Amino acid sequence: MIRLSDLHKSFGANAVLRGVDLHVPRGESMVVIGGSGTGKSVLIKSILGLVTPDSGTIEVDGQNVTRADRDAFLARFGMLFQGGALFDSLPVWQNVAFRLLRGRLKRPKAEAREIAVEKLRRVGLSADVADRLPAELSGGMQKRVGLARAIAAEPEIIFFDEPTTGLDPIMSGVINDLIREIVTEMGATAITITHDMTSVRAIADDVAMLHAGKVRWSGPVAQMDDSGDPYLHQFITGSAEGPIEAVR
Amino acid sequence: MTRALAATGAATLGLLAAIGRLAIFVGQTLSHLVRPPFYMREFGHALVQIGYFSLPVVGLTALFTGGALALQIYAGGSRFDAQAVVPQIVAIGMVRELGPVLVGLMIAARVTSSIAAEIATMKVTEQIDALVTLSTNPMKYLTLPRVLAATLVMPVLVGIGDVIGIMGGFLVGTERLGFNAAAYLQNTADFLTRLDIVSSLAKGAVFGFIAALMGCYYGMQSDRGAMGVGRATKTSVVAAAVLILAANFLLTEAFFSA
Repeated sequence: MIRLSDLHKSFGANAVLRGVDLHVPRGESMVVIGGSGTGKSVLIKSILGLVTPDSGTIEVDGQNVTRADRDAFLARFGMLFQGGALFDSLPVWQNVAFRLLRGRLKRPKAEAREIAVEKLRRVGLSADVADRLPAELSGGMQKRVGLARAIAAEPEIIFFDEPTTGLDPIMSGVINDLIREIVTEMGATAITITHDMTSVRAIADDVAMLHAGKVRWSGPVAQMDDSGDPYLHQFITGSAEGPIEAVR
Repeated sequence: MTRALAATGAATLGLLAAIGRLAIFVGQTLSHLVRPPFYMREFGHALVQIGYFSLPVVGLTALFTGGALALQIYAGGSRFDAQAVVPQIVAIGMVRELGPVLVGLMIAARVTSSIAAEIATMKVTEQIDALVTLSTNPMKYLTLPRVLAATLVMPVLVGIGDVIGIMGGFLVGTERLGFNAAAYLQNTADFLTRLDIVSSLAKGAVFGFIAALMGCYYGMQSDRGAMGVGRATKTSVVAAAVLILAANFLLTEAFFSA
């Protein structure tokens, strides 16, 4: 469904992506792992058009994304941002229903609110959260609101950027379970970026490891522990010793 | 010598690139004026934030400036027995220059800084990226409503500032300097021309456009982190203030050069 071919992106002298090839089949949950600064976020931002790659192609359903109708293309996506990226000035329900209150997916206000409340319930938040402002919520609740917003318009493809960063282990487990359940029940194609190995094992069908601007290893999550790749092994065991320099 | 030339060349190129970036930003902003959808709720919110909530600061600035102007003109005019011109000079000074310029600078301080800090924070917390992924153009949703609202509401603020400034002069003139109230108002009304008022309101519209545009532009250009937000806010206010003063000179030249 999503295919990246020979993707390159540099910021000044810093070559972040140096020829990334990746294929995510429809309905699969792909988790991209890698150290900080290896270009994981740049990768998904390139797919969404938030970052323009220097070269290479990105195809969704065989269509080059640069030639797609932008609004129709983005309407197929949902994204959970690392910090939630909730709009401070809007109450929670309007954050969740943002897409349903404007543009081509616009619905009547009452219907949009009803959908927002239902999505909030789906991520374990009660209806009384709906009228609160994002600043009044805890980090875990904000993450869940972000997740509700990402799924509000029933997207075919969902991206999760560091979904458990900054959360305690229990809340991380809750978010991981929610992501897995939602992706499965919606039949969505998902790409998750994380360095949390618990998340990887909870969310992934397939795993791809980015290192030095390229996909170092990719395969089913079940084969990850026996990959024989020293880079992947060092990463998943969290060892300071190995081919990946600890001080970068 | 070569090094000095290279530095001058690099600075010139940098300046031209900055002007180019700003020109593209202006073009993109204006292009959304004729391309739906229009976010009326955002526009209404910006009108209230920029217009209504600026009234106290505009009123107080104009009131004290008008009063001080009356005292200065009286003191200066009395040196050559011309203290009677206080109503006329307060009126022309407020309407042609001080009203639009001071309101413009106060708006630069209050509104430009607020817009820049808000948009820069949205950028560093990925809210701008989130807007894009939610199929919403940030220029259309954030920039156009603010720039349009400031351009439309600033002439109203300047008009109010002009009137309150003249009233400040009137109060000082009648209560402190012994002017007759009716004569003061008659002299003011007789002396002002339609061109004075039109120029004042036109300056207001231009200054409003500049103030909001600078806030949006530097907010969108912000670097990461608290330092990036701080720098964007500071630069936007400085740029807005300098551009407002430069535009004031050009507009004065255009309206009143002999």
